[in-house]
Amino acid sequence: MNIHEYQAKAILREFGVPVPDGHVCYNGASAREWAKRLGDGPWVVKAQIHAGGRGKGGGVKVARTAEEVRNTARDMLGMTLRTHQTGPDGKVVTRVLVENGCNIERELYVSLLVDRTTSKVTVMASTEGGMDIEEVAAETPEKIFKEAVDPLVGLTPFQCRNLAFSLGLTGKLTGKAVNLLQGLYTTFVSCDCSLLEINPLVVTAEGDLVALDAKFGFDDNAIFRNPRIGDMRDYEEEDPNEVEASQHDLSYVSLNGNIGCLVNGAGLAMATMDIIKHSGGNPANFLDVGGGASIERVTEAFKLILSDKNVKGILVNIFGGIMKCDVIATGVIEAARQVSLKVPLVVRLEGTNVAKGKELLAQSGLNIVAADGMADAAKKIVQAVATA
Amino acid sequence: MSILINRNTKVITQGLGATGLFHAQGAREYGTQMVGGVTPGKGGTVIDGFPLFDTVKEAVSRTGATASVIYVPPPFAGDAIMEAVDAGIELVCCITEGIPVLDMVKVKQYMQGKGTRLVGPNCPGVITPGECKIGIMPGYIHKPGKIGVVSRSGTLTYEAVWQLTNVGLGQSTCVGIGGDPVNGTSHVDVLRMFEEDPDTEAVIMIGEIGGSSEEEAAYFVKEHMTKPVAAYIAGVTAPPGKRMGHAGAIIAGGKGTAAEKVAVLTECGVSVATSPADMAAALLKVYKPDGLKVAV
Repeated sequence: MNIHEYQAKAILREFGVPVPDGHVCYNGASAREWAKRLGDGPWVVKAQIHAGGRGKGGGVKVARTAEEVRNTARDMLGMTLRTHQTGPDGKVVTRVLVENGCNIERELYVSLLVDRTTSKVTVMASTEGGMDIEEVAAETPEKIFKEAVDPLVGLTPFQCRNLAFSLGLTGKLTGKAVNLLQGLYTTFVSCDCSLLEINPLVVTAEGDLVALDAKFGFDDNAIFRNPRIGDMRDYEEEDPNEVEASQHDLSYVSLNGNIGCLVNGAGLAMATMDIIKHSGGNPANFLDVGGGASIERVTEAFKLILSDKNVKGILVNIFGGIMKCDVIATGVIEAARQVSLKVPLVVRLEGTNVAKGKELLAQSGLNIVAADGMADAAKKIVQAVATA
Repeated sequence: MSILINRNTKVITQGLGATGLFHAQGAREYGTQMVGGVTPGKGGTVIDGFPLFDTVKEAVSRTGATASVIYVPPPFAGDAIMEAVDAGIELVCCITEGIPVLDMVKVKQYMQGKGTRLVGPNCPGVITPGECKIGIMPGYIHKPGKIGVVSRSGTLTYEAVWQLTNVGLGQSTCVGIGGDPVNGTSHVDVLRMFEEDPDTEAVIMIGEIGGSSEEEAAYFVKEHMTKPVAAYIAGVTAPPGKRMGHAGAIIAGGKGTAAEKVAVLTECGVSVATSPADMAAALLKVYKPDGLKVAV
């Protein structure tokens, strides 16, 4: 799960991490009023969408007068912002963050994430703030510094100092860096983050360290114990089908192809997409109905797949282990009737009670193509869609 | 022989709720020595022939169990793993899906220097066909034999096992290491065990997008394995930045793509199946059932 920058900064402020004073605004007039309340300018107006690269797309602008803040905000609100992360359709800006500008002397980079190799939270810092960190890692890895955190001890002051000195911070800035880094670590652990990125972290002319931008990722499995974070979820920023899927406990990701997939198990679901591609077709989605799929869930899954107008055929691929094939067959038949299915449907069943399942499908009177094995199933659905 | 478990393994179930009980019964029917369960507060009672204990320690001292399988709900599963570790359980299979990753970070640190092996979480478990089944996999698709299987995915493992069984190749042990980003056992850990197991002659390894466990496994195969290995990597068509069902299946920062993993595996001499329908076929390219390794 992701949140907006203004929400991210509110969280950081709470944990004592310095961020610029600012406020979220939904129209030009309130942007002007908030600018006056915040200070004497200049201000920065930032479009709030869940995607990076906003600056290049015209989503971050400096304003010198309150009137300019109003005009900039008015122009930004309602505009469709396209960045390298939004996809070609872009995202409509519905809110902007107005905040005080600051005198930047240096731009640094800090992030925290769970390193899968060490199974520890790792703090990563770089002198190359404001840059794409993946490029820095690829081209100048010596400019990236890391500290792995012992989860039972936490991020220690000496580790923070190691990072601060590596970044070339001296004097009072060292102590400020220790406080800031420990604040970030506390934030990360308290909110069950999966990623916390400050890019850039700036050194100001006044000798302060300020988090100028903030990007959070949260562990979906831990939202249950962070209800406040869950409330920050902005459904408008997400794919409507994916939102619908999550409400039915279905794991769904929409793709650009035209063959809908309904599969049990995440690995098998990915493999099903792959074999469709391998057979010359294009998958429309990833969909894992899970281990204990009921008739209701299979029906919801069918509705979801069909709500994608690009779908020209459906492939059901089930390896029934605990889940019995006759139960799945009943679910598929029921669902196909309820949604009055008009596109070709290929079903591949394997596992427990497979004979009974295939018999049910054959007797259903529905136009269902049975397949033997994954390769046969993929071939049949690709053909069916090509000739439809 | 086999790895991790055999017919002598005694298993307790942590979390004998509806799901845990269902699978404990299935394992018992398969022939596994399911010797009891742990449900705090229900110690001293018996459910469907399984004696219940309040703590893992008590269960171990009363039953002699050396393995545990966990079905405890996600918020409490990390604690359940640590309780099993503290009680000196040798093998813990955690089936639970959805444990917060920071809980697992703590669990891993807690396990440092202790003698327990954790398999999972978010996995189907471990099976030595014909001898012992710990977890949720359907027993009947397996067949005793000489092929080791290790995988990050559940149903995709069944697919591989089914293909093997259908071409007449039985399995020594099948290990589901799970789809989470922080887990107890890696591909390399299992490959090392298969390499040392005299009754495993070849290995199928199933991976997916995200992380670098498969790349590490590839280098391990190249440097340390004498037995033939085939692999399949799921997620060639997965878009970057999207979590594909498993918490660990995500291409982040351009890292962890299927193409990258396939390239490294191929380079290290692993026979990679380009289609999930060809996993057994990919193995047969490098393995002849009489046990001789043939040239790729």
